[in-house]
Amino acid sequence: MTKEEVEDGRDDMLIDGCEAEVPIQRLPPGFNANYLRVYYGKLFPYADIFKWMSYGNDGKHPACDKSYFGRREFSFTLDNDIYLRFQSFNNASELENAIREKCPFKIDIGPVYSVDPAKRHAYAQSGDNVFTPVERELVFDIDITDYDDVRYCCSGADVCLECWPLMTVAIKVIDSALRDDFGFNHILWAYSGRRGVHCWVCDRKARRLTNEQRGAIADYFRVYKGNENSHKKVSLTTVLHPFLVRSYTEVLRDFFETKLLSSQKIFSTEEKYEKILQLIPDESVTSDLRRKWQESKRSSSSKDDINVIRWEQLKQVLQSGRQKSQGLRRCVEEIVFSFTYPRLDMEVSKHMNHLLKAPFCVHPKTGHVCVPIDPNHCDEFDPTSVPTLSQLLEELNKGDMRDDADNELAETSLGKSIRFFRSSFLQPLLRSCKEELENSYNLKMQHSKNSMSW
Amino acid sequence: MEIVGSRWKAPSNDVVSNLPLYRSAPLLEVRLEDFELFAMDRLRVLRGISDGLSRGKKPEEMQKLVNDLWKTNMRHTLSSEVINKDIISHFVLRLVYCRTEELRKWFLSMETTLFRNRFKLESSDAQRALMAEFDLPYKAVSTSEYESIKDKLGQVARSIGQSLPTADAIFYKVPFEEVPELVAGRRVFICKGYAYVAMNQVVSLVVTQFRSLLSKALILTNRKWTSTIREEKDRLAPIVETLCMSYLGPDYSQPKEFAEISIKDIDHVAKSSFPLCMRNLFEKLREDHHLKHGGRMQLGLFLKGVGLKLDDALAFWRAEFSQKVGAERFDKEYAYNIRHNYGKEGKRIDYTPYSCQKVISLTPGVGDHHGCPYRHFSEENLRAALGKMGLASRAVEDVMDKVRNRHYQLACTLTFEAVHGASCDTGINHPIQYFNDSQKVLQSKNNPSK
Ligand code: SF4
Ligand SMILES: [Zn+2]
Repeated sequence: MTKEEVEDGRDDMLIDGCEAEVPIQRLPPGFNANYLRVYYGKLFPYADIFKWMSYGNDGKHPACDKSYFGRREFSFTLDNDIYLRFQSFNNASELENAIREKCPFKIDIGPVYSVDPAKRHAYAQSGDNVFTPVERELVFDIDITDYDDVRYCCSGADVCLECWPLMTVAIKVIDSALRDDFGFNHILWAYSGRRGVHCWVCDRKARRLTNEQRGAIADYFRVYKGNENSHKKVSLTTVLHPFLVRSYTEVLRDFFETKLLSSQKIFSTEEKYEKILQLIPDESVTSDLRRKWQESKRSSSSKDDINVIRWEQLKQVLQSGRQKSQGLRRCVEEIVFSFTYPRLDMEVSKHMNHLLKAPFCVHPKTGHVCVPIDPNHCDEFDPTSVPTLSQLLEELNKGDMRDDADNELAETSLGKSIRFFRSSFLQPLLRSCKEELENSYNLKMQHSKNSMSW
Repeated sequence: MEIVGSRWKAPSNDVVSNLPLYRSAPLLEVRLEDFELFAMDRLRVLRGISDGLSRGKKPEEMQKLVNDLWKTNMRHTLSSEVINKDIISHFVLRLVYCRTEELRKWFLSMETTLFRNRFKLESSDAQRALMAEFDLPYKAVSTSEYESIKDKLGQVARSIGQSLPTADAIFYKVPFEEVPELVAGRRVFICKGYAYVAMNQVVSLVVTQFRSLLSKALILTNRKWTSTIREEKDRLAPIVETLCMSYLGPDYSQPKEFAEISIKDIDHVAKSSFPLCMRNLFEKLREDHHLKHGGRMQLGLFLKGVGLKLDDALAFWRAEFSQKVGAERFDKEYAYNIRHNYGKEGKRIDYTPYSCQKVISLTPGVGDHHGCPYRHFSEENLRAALGKMGLASRAVEDVMDKVRNRHYQLACTLTFEAVHGASCDTGINHPIQYFNDSQKVLQSKNNPSK
């Protein structure tokens, strides 16, 4: 039924199925179901996704868990918002066939369950909770719309090169904590296709965290207090935890002072600087600054950036020896944190069975592919130049390489992303998986030997 | 169960704590009366804790509460018996609470809170002895490693308002995932997957350990209870049953908070303030003029709990049932049952309304309408029911999300919040609490001045 609905009313179109040629030279930008069909037919990296989600269990090693991939939940959002949950596949070709056939606008990845999620009802009969998530990557979802109170260039789902660096900062802060503090190694960052980034932590240990442990990590990252409706309020202790110190000195302060101040012009108007003064809990300080800034508006002759000048003034007042209160000194950091510290969607990270969009999906509104982001070079990532569906199809059309699929892919602008995915993420991950399989197997053999001799 | 460990012997000269770890069942002769009495005393403690937690008491307040509860309920005239009472009561309640996931969860969380607070009261020597007893595989951080991270450890200590660690301070290096609460509060220094836990934070480690051992033990007990321990079962089953029936959940047998409801507003009140489980029974009763036993119990006790008087209850049930079976048959066959609920017949036990845990653990069969809709309804039916309660589709999705996670009470809480446009911080633990909280919200809406 769903398939028909997808295809319904489109037989008049030029493109019919995946194998069709795409005869148009200049494709209109954006997204449409038929382009998507071609994308799924020629470009989507099924084998890589399958390799990744198998975590080494697709090999020949006796310690492999053959049922592993088949217990993973995928969910598809089809055209018309038809939502298919609890899809599961036993191998790469089943996955590929289903995606090609259903042509989902969005593919989400859920947890690995105790039993095949497609057959969960059969197990439900036998009672006592056999259907339960057992593994899931630790995931993070950061969305630029959560920063609307600190960016003045765009709002809502829009992003531009002025506000995107907020995401870059989030990647840097979270990525380094995940590696240095929590000791994780296999981390994939991906563009969400429109307005944010996703992070997948794939170490074995991460996949097996309980909800409570996930919540603990999410809370470790939390600096905002108060409820969601009120404006975000950062509240810091007088002495900062080493993680916050490092985030501040290595990322946030520099970004705030050299980029954000002038790119978002956060001191440039009364309305804007009032928002900052609100964060200072001392009347005399704020009225002092306010007076100074109202005057300087009249005599703004300096060629220096007014935002930088005002920030320096504010710092001077707050950090001068006159301010005995530690709390007021903390204020400078609090302001920087308020404007720059990552804002995570906590719920996504806290629960094993939250779904998250698969990398390499195409965003149905923008046509952007959800490509991986290299955290070591995240400054260079430009969301506006991410390959789009129509661009990729055009590249396919132009090139006359009909030889083999992998080659076709490599020649498009998606090729670079796939190469990065493989070399920086997938291969190291699979190497670790193989070692872990070996180790657990040897351990088991050791045990059984011991118990026999005993 | 495993064979007794050495700690059941009389205390030797070494430091021994009074806090048992309940690793093996006691090999003690226990009189059956003691068996039940001890269990009930411990249950008072656990219920007190549950109540404290649901009121959002702070750690210091909890510490005091637990201490008081323990002192009042767990005394024994013979001081030598105190520890036996502690152990026996714990193991009896394991039997009572091992039988469903919800019960296990409750018991686990109350016992863990109890343990945590008792542990904190121990001397530091006794604490170290307990740690040794748990065989925690953690090593103290070596001097050279300590030197290399001393600054960071000091920073963390000061960030949580504690004094700098002294030179001889002991830190344990522990995989971070074993101390989630310390991680969540940024109360430890974390590096490369390891948390550096100070001696005074060790409680967190021990509690995690305690919790995971008890959690495993409960599942094991359940398995054994349902399979092997036959003779035990014949002897103990009746006692366990009674404990289950009358002592699960907080005590809602005496409604005090609100004026009793009368028959004439009952339809109105059912719509505005009944939780879904009761609303569903109520509507089914109005529709079919009949409910099977499970439904009569669940709804009947609930109505009693929210203040429907016996006479009104009889009139209410008669009005419905007589349409189906005739007034005469009602008086003969069903009225007894209702008076029974009110303690006016039979053993004259005043039955307590079912808690959520009880309702959720029920197993309704064909033609039954009792149980918790969040647990027992199909997704489709549940969606429809929520829609009927007026939930927006966004709210329905949130609720369904909780249901998928098997957080039925959280789902119920979200429903409450959506229906009332007010938050319910304690969460829903009891259908009567749902009702009371709902009435509170509605009253404050009617006269906002109050
Ligand atoms: S969770 Fe409790 S109150 Fe809510 S429907 Fe189920 S039993 Fe009733
Ligand atoms: Zn922008």
